[in-house]
Amino acid sequence: MSNSGYVPNLPNKPLWLLAELTYACPLQCAYCSNPLEFAKYKNELSTDDWKRVLREARKMGAAQLGFSGGEPLVRQDLEELIAEARQLGFYTNLITSGLGMDEKRIKAFKDAGLDHIQVSFQAASEELNNLIAGTDAFRHKLEMARLVKKYGYEMVLCFVLHRQSIDQIRDVLELCVRLDADYVELATTQYYGWAYHNREHLLPTREQLQRAEPVAHEFQERLKGKMRIFYVVPDYYEVRPKACMNGWGAVFLTIAPDGTALPCHAARQLPGMELPNVRQHSVEWIWNQSPDFNRFRGFEWMKEPCRSCPEKEKDFGGCRCQAYMLTGDAANADPVCDKSPHHHVITDAIDRAARIAAGKESAAKPILFRNPRNSRALLDVGTTKPEASLPA
Amino acid sequence: MAEAKEIKPSGKVYGADSVPQVVPGKRLQWEEAQNCWVILYPEGMIKLNSSSAEIMKRIDGTRSVAEIISDLKRAYPGVELDNDVYAFVEIAHEQQWIRPKPAQ
Repeated sequence: MSNSGYVPNLPNKPLWLLAELTYACPLQCAYCSNPLEFAKYKNELSTDDWKRVLREARKMGAAQLGFSGGEPLVRQDLEELIAEARQLGFYTNLITSGLGMDEKRIKAFKDAGLDHIQVSFQAASEELNNLIAGTDAFRHKLEMARLVKKYGYEMVLCFVLHRQSIDQIRDVLELCVRLDADYVELATTQYYGWAYHNREHLLPTREQLQRAEPVAHEFQERLKGKMRIFYVVPDYYEVRPKACMNGWGAVFLTIAPDGTALPCHAARQLPGMELPNVRQHSVEWIWNQSPDFNRFRGFEWMKEPCRSCPEKEKDFGGCRCQAYMLTGDAANADPVCDKSPHHHVITDAIDRAARIAAGKESAAKPILFRNPRNSRALLDVGTTKPEASLPA
Repeated sequence: MAEAKEIKPSGKVYGADSVPQVVPGKRLQWEEAQNCWVILYPEGMIKLNSSSAEIMKRIDGTRSVAEIISDLKRAYPGVELDNDVYAFVEIAHEQQWIRPKPAQ
């Protein structure tokens, strides 16, 4: 979650509740951060389960609520959940692709008290080309972006950038200008879930970033006071890690579609997690008492170089999931940090991306689009063939 | 996010007759768990100190700055607060919590 206005030393409350309502999604983004094995989590929480979770989290001090997924519009009870959340005093955010939205639904969301909508664009070359060319397939999406504004919301657009789209950053920003967007987030893919699986296809090269960044700054300067542009540099190109989730179990609480409570939406993959579920436990017990949420709280769990690092209170050692994925131990320093003895795994990935982009090497695996068929195939290798093809 | 008092305003947008309103998308509410008034906005929250909250609560898109000041003076007799209110609305404006309602 970007651009949070929370200060890290507020009392320890789950201020941010991310409600992943469903893993169902009409899109198949290769950079999705949902777990690869999402197809096995079928037992979605009911409307009443969600209402109880909302009440319990609100009582504990949660103030921000993100409805996410998958595509949250797939849930037909979304309007009802928004109304409940708003009545409880949440600031309600809808994070959507806009697919499945129409004017009737936007109006219903407004009537239910929805505070904020963020529309994300895939920014794959094909989609961008279609957007820029104004073809039928994407007229709907542009219409949704405009309707958001018509109903009194800021137009907040999110574009995910990766190797195959980042060179079109100027087209993306020109499109935003044409749409009269209020806020644009240019977020470079972070490598979790499907994005991690597809990293060799998605990680941009250093040269691409060096070309893109001045364009972002040019538009920021040009549109000062009219359109806010938030450009996120990918953490692989940093030498200090991000303060992931503002610290483990510090402000963020994710509830997955099946009711599993997680300190971040990628944490399910970590070995040794007990994965408490809101069907069995209260939100209060999960937040305050559960072993999972206490596992990386504070600084006691840290190893060197984090333990004695003067910056540990600033970045909390970075991301536990990234430490696990890239070093094999979730308690290690996030290898993005150049103090980490594993930092070479990051620079190796960057070097490899450059060789693949230059055509000197090829990716080990074909790009895998996020869909239930591919998810099932990964769960049950051999019975179904992953449906993999390179984008046009 | 720093509390409002620590920030100094740099411009002057509001006069006695200006009618400030809360910017759409921002919401003032009492937050029991924080034991204070807060401004909520996308993905964030600003905690208000009690004097900022007393002013914000009176910003409703109908009252002018002068009316807000006289209302506050009725609630807090004998307190000299004109300058504080003028300074606060400028800060709140720069923070994009409020904006002046266009003249009818």
